[in-house]
Amino acid sequence: MSASVTSTERLQRLLALVPYVVSRKVVGLAETAAAFGVSERELVDDLNLLWCVELRAPVPYCPIDLSYEGGEIVVSQAESMARPLRLAVDEASALLVALRMLAEVPGLEDRSAMSRLIAKLETAAGEAAAVSAQVAVQVDMPDGDGAEGVAAQVGAALTAGRRVHLRYYVPGRDEATERDVDPMRLLVVDGRPYLEGWCRRAEGVRLFRLDRVLALEVLDVPAAAPAEAEQRDVDQGLFRPSDDDVRVELELSALGRWVAENYPCESVTDLEGGRLRVVLRTPDTGWVRRLALQLGEDGRVVSPPDLAAEIRDAAGAALANYAELPAVGTRPPGEPRRITGSRARPTAQALPFRSPCRLGLR
Amino acid sequence: MSKRKTERLLGLVVCLLSTRRYLTADQIRAAVPGYPDPDDLFKRMFERDKEDLRELGVPLETGVNHPFDDDPGYRIRRQAYELPELRLEADEAAVLGLAARVWSRAQLEGAAAGALLKLRAAGIDEASLEAGEARSDIEPRLATPEPAFGPLWEAVRDRRPVTFSHRAAGRSEPQRRELEPWGVANRHGRWYVAGWDRGRQAVRVFRLGRISGPVKFCGPAGSVTVPEGTDVRELVRDWDSTPPADRTAVLRVRSGTGFGLRRHAVEVRPDEGEPGETGWDLVTTRFADVGAFADYTAANGPDAVVLDPPDLRDAVIARLKGVLA
Repeated sequence: MSASVTSTERLQRLLALVPYVVSRKVVGLAETAAAFGVSERELVDDLNLLWCVELRAPVPYCPIDLSYEGGEIVVSQAESMARPLRLAVDEASALLVALRMLAEVPGLEDRSAMSRLIAKLETAAGEAAAVSAQVAVQVDMPDGDGAEGVAAQVGAALTAGRRVHLRYYVPGRDEATERDVDPMRLLVVDGRPYLEGWCRRAEGVRLFRLDRVLALEVLDVPAAAPAEAEQRDVDQGLFRPSDDDVRVELELSALGRWVAENYPCESVTDLEGGRLRVVLRTPDTGWVRRLALQLGEDGRVVSPPDLAAEIRDAAGAALANYAELPAVGTRPPGEPRRITGSRARPTAQALPFRSPCRLGLR
Repeated sequence: MSKRKTERLLGLVVCLLSTRRYLTADQIRAAVPGYPDPDDLFKRMFERDKEDLRELGVPLETGVNHPFDDDPGYRIRRQAYELPELRLEADEAAVLGLAARVWSRAQLEGAAAGALLKLRAAGIDEASLEAGEARSDIEPRLATPEPAFGPLWEAVRDRRPVTFSHRAAGRSEPQRRELEPWGVANRHGRWYVAGWDRGRQAVRVFRLGRISGPVKFCGPAGSVTVPEGTDVRELVRDWDSTPPADRTAVLRVRSGTGFGLRRHAVEVRPDEGEPGETGWDLVTTRFADVGAFADYTAANGPDAVVLDPPDLRDAVIARLKGVLA
């Protein structure tokens, strides 16, 4: 790492190194190197540099005296450098924003430690803490029936190492599902809490967004995630496509651009007039079908062709439902009162409606 | 990295920390080894060093010891330099270790690491801190994938106005904005900036992901005043929030489908329909916005039919026709 470290970055380290040793009276080389994320050799270079500092006027002297004989560092003279430099605005803000976010995460048991720490850091940082109030992070709380307790129950299940039974809403399929899960950890990513656990129904590691948990019961069974249950590497993104996923190509109008903002896309290409072409991968094309139906003219599935046809069929079948209904209320003049299959799609071809459709095409 | 520069800067810090009096540039040059002899070279190097120290957050003061002194001097007051005494309990240190992980791979990662280094140097218990850093039952993260985050954070921090190009939802062309940023907020995993839009002469909120191209400063540091009592989070929430669900819809929903529609329904009862026909329910539910609710309903395809109100019904039909267009 040292190759890329600038002079000022190294200076920062040196300014922290003296007080680090002073506050511990005596501390091992290896331990210190680990705390500062450097090799022992780099640390010894740092110590030598500190020891060599001299001031020539008005009287020449060496302000810092230290030794590291036998692998133990002792600073016998630190002059005015015995305390670390104050926290900079960036530094105070990074910690305070992170802590305030954590303090909002439901179900964490160390809330009191968090508020005490926030207060202490605010005091220690002084003015540097002020700007942190201008950075806010909202943590989404589960809502809905009885969900107030969901987060706390997840926390309790994790602490006690117990299996849970979940009733969980899967929006892509618009279904409520029931499953037993062995909790592994709580993820809080971008303000959303998730339970990561071994799903015994899917026999795999799954993420459950707490705001989609409809009901949760902590079971009287110890959690037993199998050895192959691996925690997800969050750095790689929460949702990673698998090789089995279907590749879906969508064309979006300017009004449909939100799709690219809301879902992880493999590629996003700008087209004319604010239009976009996006490629996504999904294990569940039912979700894409729902998405395309809601987008209407603002999104079109280009491929795979089967899926595109399936979506058109669904739209056709849905329109046929309306064609059969009596009109309700008043309509603006000129609007068709009934939409027939042929109006919905003014071509000579018959619409290949899928069953089960109440009416089909006559 | 230049070792000589590090040595010189370190000497400068120690020198200015150990003096109560202001030291002139010449006195500093005499005391701190490593400065070149020619005056112009020294001046340039000294200026850069001062700049570097200020960037690190070293509170370099300028002043004179006596009203008749011609040249300004420099010093670092220890009280302004030193991190105040800070004692943490074991559980607080553990939480600190956890909090420092939040910005991993994100914009303020370096800042969090720098803060932790200083707190370690202040004597925070290493074992408790590491216990928090190593906790595996929780993984808290805050990402900043938007390139605009860095410059906007700096603008907020330094109170500087900015200009950028932003594409509002549904617009085909981006527009130039000039903003006095009051703060940034993350909501549902997305970053927003709120502030005073100089062009519109109004408070505005922008989503960072919709800013394209560079964010440029267009005024000096300190030239933005954040109105007292500004709550950025509230501004973003108000901008983003959905209106109250004060309208009623009646839908026909195929049995066993439309869980989302039923979840918040006021009433669900079987639809008798025509004789001999089963398998549909009448779902009465509340909604706020015709457009959004029409999207949601259309997603159900042939499994949901809007009976009332007509404007919702027309909106759904329009979506479905759009699919076939």
